[in-house]
Amino acid sequence: MTDASQSGAHHRGSLLTVDARTRKRNAAEARFRYYGMAAILTGVAFLVVLAVSIVRSGLPAFTTMAVEVEFTLTAEQYADAEGQLFKTRAYEGYFNAAFEQQLQDRNVQAGFDPEAVNRIIGNTGATLRSFFLENEDLLGQPVTFNLPTSSRIDGYFKGRLLRENVTDSRFLEVSDLDLADELAEAGIIQSKFNWTFITGKDSGVDNPGGAGIGASVIGSFFMMLVVLFLSLPIGVAASIYLEEFAPKNRITDLIEVNISNLAAVPSIVFGILGLAVFIQFAHLPQSAPLVGGLVLTLMTLPTIIISTRASLKSVPPSIRDAALGVGASKMQAVFHHVLPLAMPGILTGTIIGLAQALGETAPLLLIGMVGFVAREYPDGLISGFMDPNSAMPAQIYTWAARSDGAFYEKAWGGIIILLVFLLAMNIIAILLRRRFERRW
Amino acid sequence: MYDAPNPATEVGQQDIKITAKDVQVYYADTHAIKNVNVDIVDRAVTAFIGPSGCGKSTFLRCINRMNDTIDICRVEGDIRIDGDDIYDKRVDPVQLRAKVGMVFQKPNPFPKSIYDNVAYGPRIHGLAKNKADLDIIVERALRRAAIWDEVKDRLTAPGTGLSGGQQQRLCIARAIATEPEVLLMDEPCSALDPIATAQVEELIDELRRDYTVVIVTHSMQQAARVSQKTAFFHLGDLVEYGDTEQIFTNPKDERTERYVTGRIG
Ligand SMILES: Nc1ncnc2c1ncn2[C@@H]1O[C@H](COP(=O)(O)OP(=O)(O)O)[C@@H](O)[C@H]1O
Ligand SMILES: [Mg+2]
Repeated sequence: MTDASQSGAHHRGSLLTVDARTRKRNAAEARFRYYGMAAILTGVAFLVVLAVSIVRSGLPAFTTMAVEVEFTLTAEQYADAEGQLFKTRAYEGYFNAAFEQQLQDRNVQAGFDPEAVNRIIGNTGATLRSFFLENEDLLGQPVTFNLPTSSRIDGYFKGRLLRENVTDSRFLEVSDLDLADELAEAGIIQSKFNWTFITGKDSGVDNPGGAGIGASVIGSFFMMLVVLFLSLPIGVAASIYLEEFAPKNRITDLIEVNISNLAAVPSIVFGILGLAVFIQFAHLPQSAPLVGGLVLTLMTLPTIIISTRASLKSVPPSIRDAALGVGASKMQAVFHHVLPLAMPGILTGTIIGLAQALGETAPLLLIGMVGFVAREYPDGLISGFMDPNSAMPAQIYTWAARSDGAFYEKAWGGIIILLVFLLAMNIIAILLRRRFERRW
Repeated sequence: MYDAPNPATEVGQQDIKITAKDVQVYYADTHAIKNVNVDIVDRAVTAFIGPSGCGKSTFLRCINRMNDTIDICRVEGDIRIDGDDIYDKRVDPVQLRAKVGMVFQKPNPFPKSIYDNVAYGPRIHGLAKNKADLDIIVERALRRAAIWDEVKDRLTAPGTGLSGGQQQRLCIARAIATEPEVLLMDEPCSALDPIATAQVEELIDELRRDYTVVIVTHSMQQAARVSQKTAFFHLGDLVEYGDTEQIFTNPKDERTERYVTGRIG
């Protein structure tokens, strides 16, 4: 009881009233919470704006306005057309006749003008001829064709091209829009999913409708194969050696510093290095995914090495001691115990490195992997590595640089596809990490 | 093994398993072990005691060459097991560690199943011809580590899921599964509660029948309870070495006396 009187000077007051100091501290904490929430909201807002604008600008690339026509070519007509000097012109004649008939059947009022039809759906003769050359068995039967409209008509329906801005030209006359409107009303011009965009190759600057990202997806795929199969084993082997076996001395210190520096080197530097070493010195083919893959491997290696070393470091040393203590060799300790525990981190690092490489553009431009070379699908494994091709980001860059608004739309669409691949890779990373972590 | 287990009273007459002559250990410029000479007796428990930082662990790690894994560590002198110089160029440290097992201060089971923890050593040393053989080895090791009854129904459960005391006994089972001749233990009970400690101490006393056990401990009661020989280290010197009873009741060196009576440490 004497204690109570002694500590009276330090009496802190009732616990039911909050003192000034506590109040101040609570206010500071609340403030900090609001700052955090504001930061997150800002981030989310940016993300939403980005996602919305990408989807809005990119989605139209996935559809195309196409003219749906049923057309029958008899065997006699086929023989006749193939016997003429201007073969495609003959096919066009048959088509126009059939199309005019169909318009009349469906009560389309606008007068039929073969020139206008030509401006709306382009040169049909060549398309039809190549179709029937390949499918002779369909002669004499009605075949439904979906012929994509010209990029101007496509843009008119998608709102890219406004009627006020149209002046009569070789490519489009104002009256064509009336015909197109009527065709759309009659259900002859319809919006269709644009498979060409997914599976196609790059087209010339004058044919945005025919441009697709497919060939460059294949180019990216072959590059990623090169990157994966070079950078993963080299990176992991280098990391294991540096982390577990190498003596700690000047040389290894120097190597360590340089790996960190390498990770910060701008990618364009790797591009020009690739140009000088792989193409000019080693005479590997230009624009080849093999070379692109080699350049990206150089870029990805530091990322993989740094993340692999970090995950090796995070394995507790007691595990190594335990293994060595029962008489495991250093290599056994690493491969039986350390590496499996580091695996989730290694895989995550590798996939992040690959994702970076997948989105990299600058070095590819320097070694000639620009968009317009993606004109052909490779016809085999070797061709896939060695023949000129592009990659998704380079293709997107090339499209964005072209003047036609239709290509701009394709660029956004390409970004959506690129993002889908990146998302898929991240999901794979997460799944792999889960799988490996289950084994503790 | 070769001859019948000797009762504790015969300690003085036993064979010498490990001899250390003029051992010096340096960590870069730190002189951690200074001129240590010691003869460790076969089939007995030898305790290393001393204030922390005096080099007990360092010296213990010389005996199975775990110091090799520390880049800056340098060992000089002569350490022999059964007359073989273990620092001879021809000695493979991996082979040595199969013969000299080690249990660490913090229980460190592999993040694998209980079975795999114990089976790992026999597997890499090829001690079992087949699965049935391995099962027998694992069971025997777990029994001798006095943990069989607690884990026999969950051999496939992760070893890391056991309690601290169970983990340490699992680590002991793992160490003896490779059939070592010497067992080094570095403060094996420092992370355990009194009950687990008592179990492990009982186990150590049991192990003395077949192994040469060297244990580092910071607890003098523990040294007194489990060991027949005690070595007192101080600042890298081996101050005094002798029968445990003599060290605790009749120390010759003043520093030993001050330490065992609790006046330095
Ligand atoms: N890995 C190491 N690197 C550098 N110095 C070390 C290392 N391990 C131990 N030492 C030093 O060696 C001396 C003895 O340490 P240690 O053998 O761990 O002592 P104890 O186990 O008796 O507490 C201490 O001074 C310690 O600082
Ligand atoms: Mg110690």
